[in-house]
Amino acid sequence: MTQLKYTLASVVKYASLILAAFIALLPIVVILFASLKTNAEYASSSPLAPPANWLNFANYVKAFVDGNMLVGFKNTIIILVISIIGATLTGSMIAYVLDRFKFKGKKIMVAAFLLATLIPSVTTQVATFQIINALDLFNTRWAAIVMYLGTDIIAVYIFLQFLGSISSALDESAMLDGASYFTIYWKIILPLLKPAIVTVIIVKGVNIYNDFYTPFLYMPKDSLQVISTALFKFKGPFGSQWEVISAGIMIAIIPTMIIFLLLQKYIYNGFAQGSVK
Amino acid sequence: MKYLKVSNWGYSAQRIFIICAFSIIPLALLFTFAYLPVINMFKYSFTDWNGYSKRFDYVGFENYTRIFSDPEYFKVFIVSLYYFVATFLQMGLALYFATILSFKVRGKNFFKGILFFPYLLNGVAIGFIFLFFFKPDGTLDMLMHAVGLGQYTQLWLGNPNIINVSLAGASVWRYMGFNFIIFLGAISSIPKDVYEASDIDGANRWQQFRHIILPSITRILQLNLILAISGAISAFDIPYIMTDGSNGSMTFVIQTVHLAFKYGKLGLASAMAVVLLMIVILVTLVQRVTMKGEE
Repeated sequence: MTQLKYTLASVVKYASLILAAFIALLPIVVILFASLKTNAEYASSSPLAPPANWLNFANYVKAFVDGNMLVGFKNTIIILVISIIGATLTGSMIAYVLDRFKFKGKKIMVAAFLLATLIPSVTTQVATFQIINALDLFNTRWAAIVMYLGTDIIAVYIFLQFLGSISSALDESAMLDGASYFTIYWKIILPLLKPAIVTVIIVKGVNIYNDFYTPFLYMPKDSLQVISTALFKFKGPFGSQWEVISAGIMIAIIPTMIIFLLLQKYIYNGFAQGSVK
Repeated sequence: MKYLKVSNWGYSAQRIFIICAFSIIPLALLFTFAYLPVINMFKYSFTDWNGYSKRFDYVGFENYTRIFSDPEYFKVFIVSLYYFVATFLQMGLALYFATILSFKVRGKNFFKGILFFPYLLNGVAIGFIFLFFFKPDGTLDMLMHAVGLGQYTQLWLGNPNIINVSLAGASVWRYMGFNFIIFLGAISSIPKDVYEASDIDGANRWQQFRHIILPSITRILQLNLILAISGAISAFDIPYIMTDGSNGSMTFVIQTVHLAFKYGKLGLASAMAVVLLMIVILVTLVQRVTMKGEE
């Protein structure tokens, strides 16, 4: 009896997992199918049917060239690299000051960073837009960069958490050797923060790569489009050419797929740490 | 950095220098992009500003009374309810899969990867993927035909009664993996010997879930609940990309973006944003207070 119950539970368990995996994959797999079909083939076959020729990359070429996706990748990479380096530096600097020094106004500073997490950035978009405008950053890459640097406070928390576990005895022994505070930060703290930096890079990187409304609102200029906005534009010219749109979608998600497969372990850790605020 | 020669200063002078130098940029960014917008938003919400004219007039609470009296502005809250209900489904599924994948399962890493992966995808790509999924003769229709449910196919995005269910479904697909990975992390931090002890006592899986897992992840459950509420109110990407708020799928944020950037009603849009912010803060406070009560 218990044996039967055990088997039944195990059947339910695997059936639910397989069903969930199917639901998670199906919407993407049909897009992969569509992206490899010719126009005539797409029109005549069911979305669930695999393509006749698995190596028909004509749609990919069309999406990449006509959809100007190279510009999108270029801008995304520029913004990603500058924002992430900047966020790592500013985040670790403020965390170093907040963790290692006692000074007047420190409590207020910590509270200010904490309180800011309560403000969802979508709500203040309208007012933020005016600030970007006033700073003359509208329609420049810096609009997105300063916002990715400024609005995300998760990095500070992750660094603070890690700094707490780095013994301050290390700082003191460096001071006995005559190291300046800057040297301590640069030569001791920063290298020890490596796991935290990896976490920040992953969490921020995913957010920036997938963000849509920041570039959409602040950098509408064609030459400044990122992957998200380049893909969004497919709605117009390719209207019902779903085989081309599908290729565009695949081009946008293939880098994510590769990075996920390579960095799985770090990504899981990154999200587990990034989420506990 | 040698030219700074800070290392020649005394430590107390260095201390002041480093505190100022290291905090000025983060604080400036924090103020400019977190607090200044909030202050300005409150200010704009009492005006009739269109966003570009040189002058604007203060109109008192007119924008606010309009939001609460005009059904057109108020019905976006009803749309939020769909997303709100959907998040419970999302969290239930996430909790279920996180629990079974914390125990011994064949292909554990494979399933973990697949369930989490949708969360990492580009928002625009997901919007398009689900346009394709829900379109007439799209993936869902064909799938239903294949399993003999062909007569139940619908205009998933054309029928105002169903559209929000469809969109909320896409949102569950997208965000379930996020809750899942958080729950998985929380469950894996429970020491293994607790399970072993309960195994000896003859506890079954359900009892282990009810008495060991659930109590240890209450905090994280509450945190996810709060994220769910603010997430439901601020639903944007998926409905904006897929329908642009048409057919009764208008959400609070789409409404705000339209008002501000399409119709130039910046004062009204700001008032809506203030209301949204208030709701989020209120919910957060209520949750903080109830959580403190339990500790």
